[in-house]
Amino acid sequence: MNIIIIGCGKVGEALAEQLNEQGNNITVIDMDMKKLNAVSSKCDVMGVNGNGATHLVQQEAGIENADLMIAVTGSDELNLLCCLIAKKAGNCKTIARVRSPQYSSEAPFLKDELGLAMVINPEQAAAEEIARVLRFPSAINIDTFCRGRVELIKLKLPENCPLVGVAVKDLSSKLGCDVLVCTIERGDEAYIANGNTVFEERDVISIIASPKKANDFFRKINYKSKSVKDAMIAGGGELGHYLCDILVNYGISVKLIEKDTKRSEELCALWGNSVTVINGDASDQEVLLEEGLAQAGAFVALTNLDEENILLSLFAHSAGNAKLVTKINRIDFEDVIKHLDLDTIIYPKSITSDLIVRYVRSLKNAQGSNVEQLHQVIKGKIEAAEFVIKDSNSVTGTPLMKLKLKDGILVAAILRGKNVVIPRGSDMIEPGDTVVIVSDRSELHDITDILR
Amino acid sequence: MNYRMITYILGWILIFEAIFMAVPVLTAICFGESAVWWFLATAAVCVSIGMLLTKIKKPQNMKLYSREGFVIVSLSWIVLSVFGSLPFFLSGEIPSFIDALFETVSGFTTTGASILSDVEKLSKSMLMWRSFTHWVGGMGVLVFIMAFVHLSGAQNMHIMKAESPGPSVSKLVPRVKTTALLLYMIYFVLTLAEFILLLFGGMTPFEALNTAFATAGTGGFGIYNSSIGGFSVYNQVIVIVFMLLFSVNFNSYFFLIKGKLREALSSEVRVFFGIVTVSVLIIAFNIMESFSSFGRALLDSSFAVSSVISTSGFSTVDFNLWPELSRTILVLLMFVGACAGSTGGGMKVSRLMILFKNLGRELLVMVHPKQVKNIKLDGHSVDSETVRSVSVYIVAYLAVFVASLGIISFDNHDLITNFTAVVSAINNIGPGLEMVGPAANFGFFSIPSKIVLIFDMLAGRLELFPMLLLFTPAMWKK
Repeated sequence: MNIIIIGCGKVGEALAEQLNEQGNNITVIDMDMKKLNAVSSKCDVMGVNGNGATHLVQQEAGIENADLMIAVTGSDELNLLCCLIAKKAGNCKTIARVRSPQYSSEAPFLKDELGLAMVINPEQAAAEEIARVLRFPSAINIDTFCRGRVELIKLKLPENCPLVGVAVKDLSSKLGCDVLVCTIERGDEAYIANGNTVFEERDVISIIASPKKANDFFRKINYKSKSVKDAMIAGGGELGHYLCDILVNYGISVKLIEKDTKRSEELCALWGNSVTVINGDASDQEVLLEEGLAQAGAFVALTNLDEENILLSLFAHSAGNAKLVTKINRIDFEDVIKHLDLDTIIYPKSITSDLIVRYVRSLKNAQGSNVEQLHQVIKGKIEAAEFVIKDSNSVTGTPLMKLKLKDGILVAAILRGKNVVIPRGSDMIEPGDTVVIVSDRSELHDITDILR
Repeated sequence: MNYRMITYILGWILIFEAIFMAVPVLTAICFGESAVWWFLATAAVCVSIGMLLTKIKKPQNMKLYSREGFVIVSLSWIVLSVFGSLPFFLSGEIPSFIDALFETVSGFTTTGASILSDVEKLSKSMLMWRSFTHWVGGMGVLVFIMAFVHLSGAQNMHIMKAESPGPSVSKLVPRVKTTALLLYMIYFVLTLAEFILLLFGGMTPFEALNTAFATAGTGGFGIYNSSIGGFSVYNQVIVIVFMLLFSVNFNSYFFLIKGKLREALSSEVRVFFGIVTVSVLIIAFNIMESFSSFGRALLDSSFAVSSVISTSGFSTVDFNLWPELSRTILVLLMFVGACAGSTGGGMKVSRLMILFKNLGRELLVMVHPKQVKNIKLDGHSVDSETVRSVSVYIVAYLAVFVASLGIISFDNHDLITNFTAVVSAINNIGPGLEMVGPAANFGFFSIPSKIVLIFDMLAGRLELFPMLLLFTPAMWKK
C-alpha cells in the first residue's frame, strides 16, 4: 500500500519503520529537514519537506495514488486539516491523531462528518490498556482474540514458582490445565517455545488460553490473580483523567496525586467523591507513604517525566507490594528499561502506532489478506494473527502433526463454535474455525502461508 | 566499521562482474574468438571469490552507516576495475597491467581515455567489454546491485548517496530498490532506442551496440581509431542527440513519464541546454572559415560540444586543431559537465548554479549586511547544508586537481597536455588537448602518472569524497 505519514515525531517514526517493514511504500512529510533525514537514513522511506496540510506538498508526496494518509503531527487542528485536504485531494483513507479531550469526545462526529477512517487518542488508548492490566494484575500484558474468547497473556515467572525446571511439553501433565505456551523471553533473547524448552526463573512467557483456563493456570502456579481493589495514580494529566474515568466505572477506588493546585481542583470537580484527589508532589516519598503506598493494590506512575516515573515505580516496588504500571514516553530505551523490576510498562506512543499498524493490516484484508486481528507478542519479532477459515483448503482436514509447517510457526488456538481448543498434534483445522497463529515472521497474509 | 558487511557487498560485486562478462563472452562466441577463455577464466575467479564472500555465511550485523557506505562504494569500484582489467592483461592484448587497469578504470568511470594507439587491433570481444564497462559504470554498479539484491532496509541510501552524481540525491519513489529499478529501466530503454536508431543508420549490430553502450554511459570508447568520424552524418546526429539525452538528470524522465512537464524541465536542464546552445553557436562561427558550409561547421561544433559537456569524449574531427577560442570554450565546458543524476561527469550544472547563486548572495550581503536571502532552485530553497557541501566539494576538487597536476608534471610534458590530461581524467571526459587530444592517447605517460590519473578518474566518477575518505585516518579508527 502507498501510505503518507504527516509528522515525523516519535509516533511518525515508529509508524514509518513498522509499516515499511511490512512492505508498504511510505512517504513522510515534515517541516523539519533534519527529522526527515534522520528517518530516511533509518528506514527505506521517502521524505518530503513542507507543510503537510497544504495541497501542493501533499501532491508532491503523491496523494493521488495514496491508499492511506496518517496525520500524527503535534497539533490536533493541523492533523484534522491534513485529513480534510487529503480527502479532497486524493481518494484515500485518513487517520488523525487527536489528543485533546474536547475533540476526541467528538470522535464519532468527526469520523462521520469529515470522513475520517480512524481518530486515535493516544492517552485514551493508553488508559484503556492500563485499566485492562489492572483488572488482571498478574499479567504484564493481555491481548484478546476471537472477541474475547481467547486471551494471550504475558507474564513474568516469579521466583520459587513451581514451573521452574519444568519442560514445556510436561506442563499439562504436571499442572493438569490446558494452556499453550507461545513465547519465552530470556534476557535479550525471544523465541517461540518448543516442547523441550525448560522454564527458568524470571522468564517472561506468554500463554494462550480461554479466560477461565487462564485463571486456573494462575491459581496453580501460586500467582496472585485477584483484580486490584484500589489504585494510586501519580500525575493528573490527560492520561490520568481518562484512567480515573475508567477505573471509577470498574468500581476501583482511586487516589490521584497531582502537584498543581489548580489542576487538582479541576479534577476534583470532575468526579466528586469517587476519586480522592491529593494535592501533593508525588516525587515526595513522605506523601506517597502517608497516602498508603505500602498497602495500595496498584501504583500507576503517569507524571510527564519518564525518569521520575521509573524512580517512583522503583520506590513503590521497594515500599510495598503493589502492582506497578509505569508510563514511558520515549520508546528508544525499551531494551534497557525492560530489565528493571517494573511489571508493566506503558508506552502511549507504541500503543498509538500499534493500533494504526493493526488498522493498516486490516485494511489489507480487503485487498486479499485474511488477517482478522493482529497483536505483537514481542515487538518487531513475534506476532499473533487471527484467521477465519472460510472454506476448506490445504490446511484443513489434516491433523496438525501431519501438516508441514514452516519453522517459527505455532498454531496457538482454534475456536470452534463457542469452544476454545488448545490444539494438540491430533487436532485438525476445519472450515468455520477461527485460528490464532503465532509466528516470527510478518508475511502471513493467508492461513495457507503457514505451510512450507 | 562493519568489515564483514563490506566484504559481503564486495562479494556481490564480484558475482555481478562475472555476470557482466557474459556480454563479451557471447560476443567472442559469435565471432569465434579465442579471448572467450580469458573472460570465462576471469568470471570463474570472480564467481568463486564472490561465492566465498557471500554464500558461506551471511553477515549477522547488516547495519551500514554512512562511512561504510563510502568505503563500500570506493572499494567496490577499485575491485571492479582490478578484476575487470584481467581479461585485457591475461590475454596479452594489453601487455602491461597498469595499462590494462587504466583502460578498465577509464571504462567503468565512463572517461573513455585510452592508452591504445591502435584500437582496431583489439579483438571484438575486448572492444565489447570496453564499451560495456561504460554502460555498467554510467548508472553505477551498486545501484544495479541494489535493484536486484535484497540488502535490507534504508542503509542502501548511504550507498546510493555515495555513488550517485550530484549535490543531493532524491528518491523517485519511497523504496530504494524500486528507485534503482526505475532508473535502470529508463537507462535500458534509452540505450535500446539509440541502438535501434543506429541500426537504421546502417551500422552493423556490433558497431551499433558498442556505440550505444558507450554513449549511454557517456563514456566515449570508440571501436575505430577515427572514433565516430567514419560514420554517416545521420549516425553522428543520433549520437549527438543521445549524448545530450544521457546528460540530463534522469529524474526528468521520471517526471516526463508521469506527465509532469514543468518538473521535468527543471532549471538545471534549461541552463544545461542554454550552455550547449550558446557554446555550439560561438564555436560554429569561430571555425566556419575552415569548413565548406556553415551546416558542416554546425554539425562538428555540436558534436564536439555535446561530446565534451556530456563528458563522453567521442570525436568526429580533431578539435585540437581548432582556433584558440574554440579550444578554450571546450576546456571550460569540460569543467561544467552534465546534469546531476545523469550518467555524465564533471562538476555538474546544478552544483555550479548553487555556487554562483551563493556568490551572488554573498555579494548582496556585502551591500546589505542585514539582508536575509535564500538560495533557490526550482522554487525550493536549497538548505545551507547542501550549499556548504558544494563549496567543500569545489575545494576538494581543486586540491585533487592541483596535486595531480603537480605529480604529472614530473613527466616533463607541456603544460596544456598535463593540464587537460588531469581535467579530462577528473571530469571523466576522455580526450584533452595537444598530446592527449582526440587523435592521440594517454599511452606515453609514466607509470606513476598513470596511477595518479587512475585515481583522478575514480575520484571524479565517485564525486571525490569516497576516494578521499579512503585516505582519511579517522575513517579507519575504531
